[in-house]
Amino acid sequence: MAYPKRFDGRAWDEPRPMEAKVGVVPRADGSAMFRIGNTVAIAAVYGPRDLHPKFMQNPETGILRCDYNMLPFSGHGDRVKPGGGRRAREIGMVMENAIRPVIDLKDYPNTVVDVFVDLPQTDAGTRCAAITAAAMALADAGIEMKELPAAVAVGRVSDKFVVDLNYDEEAHEDGAADIPVAMLPRSGKVTLLQMDGDIQPADLKKVLQMAHKAIIKINEVQKAALKARFADK
Amino acid sequence: MNRNTRTNLATYLKDGLRYDGRKPTDFRDITIETDITRSAEGSARVRIGKTEVIAGVKLAVQKPYPDRPDEGTMMVNAELRPLASPQFETGPPGDWATELARVVDRGIRESKLIDTATLCITPGELVWNVMIDLVSINDDGNLLDAAGLAALAALKTTKLPGLKDKMVDYEHRTNDKLPISDAEPLPITVFSVDGHQFIDPTYEEEDAYDARLTIATNKKGELCALQKGGEGPLSIDEIDKMVHLAVDKAQEVRKKLPR
Repeated sequence: MAYPKRFDGRAWDEPRPMEAKVGVVPRADGSAMFRIGNTVAIAAVYGPRDLHPKFMQNPETGILRCDYNMLPFSGHGDRVKPGGGRRAREIGMVMENAIRPVIDLKDYPNTVVDVFVDLPQTDAGTRCAAITAAAMALADAGIEMKELPAAVAVGRVSDKFVVDLNYDEEAHEDGAADIPVAMLPRSGKVTLLQMDGDIQPADLKKVLQMAHKAIIKINEVQKAALKARFADK
Repeated sequence: MNRNTRTNLATYLKDGLRYDGRKPTDFRDITIETDITRSAEGSARVRIGKTEVIAGVKLAVQKPYPDRPDEGTMMVNAELRPLASPQFETGPPGDWATELARVVDRGIRESKLIDTATLCITPGELVWNVMIDLVSINDDGNLLDAAGLAALAALKTTKLPGLKDKMVDYEHRTNDKLPISDAEPLPITVFSVDGHQFIDPTYEEEDAYDARLTIATNKKGELCALQKGGEGPLSIDEIDKMVHLAVDKAQEVRKKLPR
């Protein structure tokens, strides 16, 4: 009844190995790939562009729309039925909330900025990888951003507090708490917070502080990928 | 259709030229990577120029259809996600995704690449279902040929998952390859504008054709599926020329497949 060592040998506060690349979808206005462990997210941004149907338009500002999609062969076991569902819809919505605070679309009334994220391979932490990839894609598309948000899951696995849970850890037989967190790295403000599982109130603060440290690391990977993209030109 | 592009394209093709310097019958660079996602039983990424398609094969078990108790099943599905092009939308597959999936499906099915009898585990009780998903990552034209190539490359590298108590054990894959024949069906689409033929269009060129003919052939150069698209009519001689071009081009592309 304990978790003495992480299944993959990482330190408790260590995110999985990361890789980021910007500009992976040439047709899009901005795009990025983010890999953390065995989870891979590809994000593409289109816009600001005309928004249809017209009644959705806002004459005061452009709007942000996020679409999250696990590809049919990306799941751990059975094929994932295409077409989304309640889970995908909710994740799209919380992604929008996680990103909206850093962008200002007032100069683009009646338009939409569309963010599409497809995941070809998953091993937990997919909404966090999706947000991290989406942030890079928005920056690549030239959307003004106050900060570059990044996200990671933290939580409890058995008796330990950990950063960036993988699938095996989420499924630990002693129980786990999975807390996806998106943050603005400089201010440390939280823009996404959800939880599955259970944790003591006092421990939440501790894991959120762990998340902030990891998010600063992830942010370095994002920035390096964006710089590499524009060094090419 | 874009009229200006059509006029320009036809003028170029008359002199045997393309916007990007290719000859009308040249493919762009083709690269194939396999085993690109761990969660699929087989997978491949195909790039033709800037066009990118990934294919993933998942296997599941099911009860056979009553009229074919000793045969497994296969299906092909295409997801033309809005990630890949400003022209694609969210929601259920549209006309183009449906056509693309069905044409790739016919090539595989009619060439007998997969012998459904070999997918039978217990007659009348349990058979394999092979599910091939084709996903566009970037649409710079000619998605169908890229998808057909990706499907074949993914199937060639597919390994059967484990089986435990009539359930699939995805955690313990076997080293047994999915049994397929060496038919190597490949669709090649030949486009026609103002009587000039060309292959492998960019998205700009794809916006301006009169007619297209997708010709799936097997390794022996026999036809296994056909699909005409576009509003322009084709003469029998034109079709004959297109078929011969497709047979030659498919042999060229086959050399790039993983062995």
